[in-house]
Amino acid sequence: MDVLYFAWLRERIGEPKERIETSAGTVRELVSELAARGDRHAAALSDLSAVRVAVDQELADLDAPLQGVREVAFFPPMTGG
Amino acid sequence: MRIEVQSAPFDLAALLNGFGAGAGAVVTFSGIVRDDTGQMVALELEHYPGMTEKALTEIAVRARHRWNLLDVAVIHRHGRLSVGEPIMCVATAARHRAEAFAAAEYLMDYLKSRAPFWKREIGPDGAGAWVEAKGSDEDALSRWD
Repeated sequence: MDVLYFAWLRERIGEPKERIETSAGTVRELVSELAARGDRHAAALSDLSAVRVAVDQELADLDAPLQGVREVAFFPPMTGG
Repeated sequence: MRIEVQSAPFDLAALLNGFGAGAGAVVTFSGIVRDDTGQMVALELEHYPGMTEKALTEIAVRARHRWNLLDVAVIHRHGRLSVGEPIMCVATAARHRAEAFAAAEYLMDYLKSRAPFWKREIGPDGAGAWVEAKGSDEDALSRWD
């Protein structure tokens, strides 16, 4: 699975993208796995109220299932327009 | 329908050439890079390639059906933009102006909070602060429920 980060999440983690092997069943479980990877991940994902998620390029929530999913992205609330 | 995500400037006059044939009303909105801090030299826009186009298309299709629009266009830029430069535009075409105005406002409200763009204000020293999402933008969305 590809995990993508944007804006300040990308800066805190230090990478725009990483490829991981995971058996996480939901986004929430994936967040726990990622946060255990190190200080940078833990800091970036510490306040989930400030983090939005997209699963295969569709906005989703923390309970979204990950079976068959190819791409998960984490980013701050959007500021378009 | 036209959806574009690009770094290059756009030509609004060219966009409107032939737009919304048969319509009684065309509304356009242009967003311009504004300096809120008094010391901003540029705005940097990051986006999520792939998802951005999908999200904009979905928003435009929803607007088109809700107001029976004859045409809709969204152009949104990314990359580094100077203060005063056009950053994005929407255009809507409908039989009557009320529909065209409402659809344009709907598009803007959704773009603000549901299209995967992130803005950073670059100061004279080159350092940048990410623009935080406003609660008022989220509130603006709820009126369309």
